[in-house]
Amino acid sequence: MEPIRTLRSRTAVLPVSDVDTDQIIPARFLTTTTREGLGKHLFADWRYGPDGIPRPDFALNRAAAEGCAILVAGNNFGCGSSREHAPWALTDYGFRAVVSTQIADIFRSNSLKNGLVPVIVDPDTHRWLLEHPGAEVSIDLETATLRHPAGEAHFPLEPFARYCLINGVDELGFLLGRETEIAAYEGRAGIQ
Amino acid sequence: MSTTPQTLFEKVWRAHEVAAERADTPAVLYIDLHLIHEVTSPQAFTVLRQRALKVRRPQLTFATMDHSTPTRTEQVFGGAPIAIEAAARQVRELEVNCAAFGVELLDLRNDRRGIVHIIGPELGLTQPGKTVVCGDSHTSTHGALGALAFGIGTTEVGHVLATQCLLQRKPRTFAINVEGRFPAGVGAKDLILSIIGRIGIGGGTGHVIEYRGGGIRSLDMDGRMTVCNMSIEAGARAGMIAPDETTFAYLSGRLHAPRGEDWERALEHWRALPTDPGARFDREIDIDASTLEPMVTYGTHPGMVIPIGGAIPERPGDPVFEKSLAYMGFSPGQPIKEHPVNVVFVGSCTNGRLSDLRLAASLLRGRKVASGVQMLVVPGSQQVKREAEAEGLDRVFLEAGAEWRESGCSMCLGMNGDLVAKGHYAVSTSNRNFEGRQGVGARTLLASPLTAAACAVRGRVTDPRELM
Repeated sequence: MEPIRTLRSRTAVLPVSDVDTDQIIPARFLTTTTREGLGKHLFADWRYGPDGIPRPDFALNRAAAEGCAILVAGNNFGCGSSREHAPWALTDYGFRAVVSTQIADIFRSNSLKNGLVPVIVDPDTHRWLLEHPGAEVSIDLETATLRHPAGEAHFPLEPFARYCLINGVDELGFLLGRETEIAAYEGRAGIQ
Repeated sequence: MSTTPQTLFEKVWRAHEVAAERADTPAVLYIDLHLIHEVTSPQAFTVLRQRALKVRRPQLTFATMDHSTPTRTEQVFGGAPIAIEAAARQVRELEVNCAAFGVELLDLRNDRRGIVHIIGPELGLTQPGKTVVCGDSHTSTHGALGALAFGIGTTEVGHVLATQCLLQRKPRTFAINVEGRFPAGVGAKDLILSIIGRIGIGGGTGHVIEYRGGGIRSLDMDGRMTVCNMSIEAGARAGMIAPDETTFAYLSGRLHAPRGEDWERALEHWRALPTDPGARFDREIDIDASTLEPMVTYGTHPGMVIPIGGAIPERPGDPVFEKSLAYMGFSPGQPIKEHPVNVVFVGSCTNGRLSDLRLAASLLRGRKVASGVQMLVVPGSQQVKREAEAEGLDRVFLEAGAEWRESGCSMCLGMNGDLVAKGHYAVSTSNRNFEGRQGVGARTLLASPLTAAACAVRGRVTDPRELM
């Protein structure tokens, strides 16, 4: 995983609440056996018409949304299925952070493992961001701060998650390093 | 010696701490049972290969195939089992991975195969006090036996394969106290839909729910699993129910359940698991089961739910709500009853167990599925299928004009091609009514097996109590 210290980008705004992982990546695209290439299916049923042609009224299809690395969505993002294909699709598309007022537990956990920063902000900051698509926003992971042209907001970032993001550390390496304790636990529990 | 009273969750959590959490690091939590399936495991095995790792405890790991597998008997047991090429590749990859890493796989034609959350308890793999994970959000189902069970992503599937452990922050606790007797025609599915409607689809985020009280204890294991299954639809990390005599009677004699002296020892351990008197939860709510009614969803998430006799709510000036109703083809203020139905699906990890099929059959016996309605009955496992056939439930469904299939996730998410057509209305006993979940443009109404069967008979949204 690439280390991330700060992110700076214009925002793409998807003003829909309760975006579930079936919308982020519909189930018919889950038959893949790799992580790559899911960006083209991101939000497939909202993004494309039945003929496969992009719908001009969908937020991410507007010219201003092109190249944005920060997605601002409505309340409660990422509920539903545990499919890690959701953050894979978002990162493959080019997003590096998702901003909402609430982010579902499994989606948040999956995002952190893929360098997609889940940013939970207060309702006032959220409203400002929703009302200003294309705003220049920076996200500082060291201080867990989101800055926008009219102010800034702190967001919760669990210390270990921050450590992993900033240093590009993956959790598997960390867990493998706990071998002695795991073996001791198995010994106590009689697991062979 | 006095100790602080603990909740069921805290007891299971503490017993599995390889290392307790600290300010700067999450807990290292040991996993007793890891269930895997074809959709969320391939990329995890790829990581094992890239890093030259083994599966640390193959004997604690079990694999099945359920999401992308066909349900037509001729496809499952015939010559060319899987029509969708990508799905066939995924299934083959699971076979190769399980063989290469020494993991037991219940493959397509295995008579113990089924939906991963049905077979875990059914085979006695899921037991009180265990930690259970699977790359699937409905892993919360297994909490009905008093296990701490939750869904994980594919990266974490890799962590558990390689280390049998996960890094986890301790969630908060949430007690839902259910007292009172369920009225006739109302059951576990109506209860959980009503709970989700009340606390909202994000209402359980960051929490493990414990369902408690006389109303919960009155449910059989199948009903308890339905309740815990949909904990994730309220955003909860997991749902749990304290093990009791009902749990022990369910587990006794199952394939992987302890036997003889081991059973006695296990019982002693399991009986100590329920929440201690005086233990505190971070949040609590009370529900009176006697006031519940059959519930049905009208929108595009499970929190958009009303009693079946109710009208669709009005929320002027809420564009997201309006968008949802537009997708469903409903208007604010409209009664939901009598709305025409095209498809009825009875099955899934929520309602694909024997009790669910019995409920649906009880309304269908001697009746016909309405003309023009397709009804699909998909048992949750091959064992459920055999048990239902031994009772003649298959005949009830077939004589009514429903289809009787082999087990799998099927039309819950349509990965195997069991789909609802664009614009069609499906009354479904599954767990998610998200846009497109059962097919592009498909409109899902979640309900209980009784309600689903009543809708099939009338071809319209119907209160099952009218046919009882």
